[in-house]
Amino acid sequence: MATKSKTSGSASTLERRGLTDEQLVGILRTMLMHRRLEGRGFELNRQGKIPFASAGEGHEAVQAGAAMAFERGKDILVPYYRDLGLDIGIGLSPLEVLLSLFARVADHSGGRQFPHHYASKKLGLYSISSVLAAQLPHAVGAAYALKYRKETGRAVLATVGDGATSEGEWHESMNFAAIHKLPIVFLCENNEWAISTPLAKQMANPNIYERAEGYGMPGVQINGFDPIACYAAVKEAMDRARTGGGPTFIEAKCYRFLAHTTDDDDRTYRSREEVAERRKQDPVPTFERLLVEHGVLTAEGLEDLKRSVLAEANEATDRAESMPYPAPHDLYTNVYADSYQPWR
Amino acid sequence: MAVTAGSKVLNNVEAVRETLYEAMKSDDRTIILGEDVGARGNVFLITKDFINEFGPERVIDTPIAEASIVGIAVGMAMEGLRPIAEIQFADFIYPAFNQIVGEAAKTRYRSNGEYTCPLVIRTPYGGGVRGALSHSVSIEALFYHVPGLKIVAPAFPADVKGLLNAAIDDPDPVLFLEHKKTYRLIKGEVPEGHYTIPIGKANVIKEGRQLTVVSYGLYVHWALEAANQLENEGMSVEVIDLRSIRPMDRTTILNSVEKTRKLLIIHEDNKFGGIGAEISAMVAEEALFSLDAPIRRLAAPDVPAMGYAEPLEHEYMSSPAQMADAMRELVKF
Ligand SMILES: Cc1ncc(C[n+]2csc(CCOP(=O)(O)OP(=O)(O)O)c2C)c(N)n1
Ligand SMILES: [Mg+2]
Repeated sequence: MATKSKTSGSASTLERRGLTDEQLVGILRTMLMHRRLEGRGFELNRQGKIPFASAGEGHEAVQAGAAMAFERGKDILVPYYRDLGLDIGIGLSPLEVLLSLFARVADHSGGRQFPHHYASKKLGLYSISSVLAAQLPHAVGAAYALKYRKETGRAVLATVGDGATSEGEWHESMNFAAIHKLPIVFLCENNEWAISTPLAKQMANPNIYERAEGYGMPGVQINGFDPIACYAAVKEAMDRARTGGGPTFIEAKCYRFLAHTTDDDDRTYRSREEVAERRKQDPVPTFERLLVEHGVLTAEGLEDLKRSVLAEANEATDRAESMPYPAPHDLYTNVYADSYQPWR
Repeated sequence: MAVTAGSKVLNNVEAVRETLYEAMKSDDRTIILGEDVGARGNVFLITKDFINEFGPERVIDTPIAEASIVGIAVGMAMEGLRPIAEIQFADFIYPAFNQIVGEAAKTRYRSNGEYTCPLVIRTPYGGGVRGALSHSVSIEALFYHVPGLKIVAPAFPADVKGLLNAAIDDPDPVLFLEHKKTYRLIKGEVPEGHYTIPIGKANVIKEGRQLTVVSYGLYVHWALEAANQLENEGMSVEVIDLRSIRPMDRTTILNSVEKTRKLLIIHEDNKFGGIGAEISAMVAEEALFSLDAPIRRLAAPDVPAMGYAEPLEHEYMSSPAQMADAMRELVKF
């Protein structure tokens, strides 16, 4: 059942896979916003305004494509920390992103969590920790609840990095989801690196999707630089999950162009040549060109789009920066439901 | 035993079983999941026949994978179900440590209340049953350090029911510890119907004037036996059954110590870093000048585990006679 899907968007052909012009532009906008906001995180860190930022440059296509297959108001997203593009793609606003970066009181976690650890019931976006693969059993439990309540038409999208598939909780989650034929799609963003550890030191077989068959679920490998292929694969899997067809594991092959986080220096473990080589396939300009060449967007329209993304990001930055930090006493709330007087 | 109207006599296994049964009956959001909880009905037969009545969707025989037994329950709880996860023996809870400490206990806090984790994790713990290294452990000290978690360890059947109901109703994660030697050994009157005992409230099970003894689990019964013996010798010992380990009922302990002016803490877990250490520190901070004797702890030695051979198990555990000796010494101090 393990399949490799073919690439659907080259510079010369545009296979829409059912996507309208508006949806195609929507995917591009998510990719542009993703890149812009993560760049903003790095800028703010360099300016000394925020202590930390991470980036998903190279993950824009897979995330924006997958987000287009997510049904807002119905599906549940259980992401990992590198999924800003997915979070934006399902409706998270730039202001919410900047509040998270600035650790303001109005952030979802009230300034408690690292950047990009959101929690919004309205969006169907689950709260995560930074502990790798720990979110996957939660995704499975949520999928169990959907199935138990017979809520067909809803499914869970759960993501994971390549490195995190070495964790036991990844295995346990795959196994349980397959046994119970749960409405869940596991999307693995394989960027070939887990901080400094390359794929070859994480696993003997680099084709992660081939493991799926061993669990009794379909496994698919896609080009994670191709947003349309990612959309199509995730859509097909989510539709199957929503209609009682059980889980799917999707491996999207992509690459991490920047260091792991602002605290990392990737020159210590990988060559500039390797990064430059992979940059040639940068999915953002590639997709821009594809849409312009096929008349989905005019060159002028593309410039307008970029300007509006920048304006929105700037406005969100100014607004978030002007908003207050949590107060010291906010440390004490929401430990338990009832009022709680911590010892100290 | 004369039975009060509206009550019946149950042992601790039956008290757990009845409470779970009533929870399953009254709320179809309640899901039981764990190893061998379905067809076998749990290794102590606590959930026997549940699967026939409530179906395999609500009584889930899970794969042998403790991290995900708890982790999947966390996801169910976040999505509005009321899961009761079982770890077959407390000794096997270690693979789930991350899900309990890093996830369940922090769900509310890290999402600033957006998501909650109303989850019960039940597990049999404790020794004295020839359970050897890996069927005898006490785990409470490994978890009581964790804010966001509640920990309950009742000793009497009526408390088992009232506290398990409270745990099931609680909007936050509760680790529910059942001492397996008390399962069939300890019987008592249990009121019928639904009632709760607040988590975080200790119980003074014997009043006394000369010494406060604090304990929980199996040792509550042995401490009571020892205290009654001292009563016959003319010494007056107060016994507190902690019942809840987190939150801990500081008021009841401090009030008692202010009255008796002496404190003995008895637990089955080893001494270093155990529950007794926290109680000692708290009393030393809050009531040092009320004390007429040094605080004393009677606990297991700092060795990795009790052994399988009878002499090794006995050496690890404290007997009612040793408890009586420790009490006498302190009363006479
Ligand atoms: C359980 C756990 N172990 C270690 C870490 C530290 N850590 C953070 S990210 C990371 C690498 C993860 O790689 P991968 O899963 O491939 O995701 P990527 O960062 O490449 O997107 C590590 C080791 C962690 N967060 N959690
Ligand atoms: Mg990676």
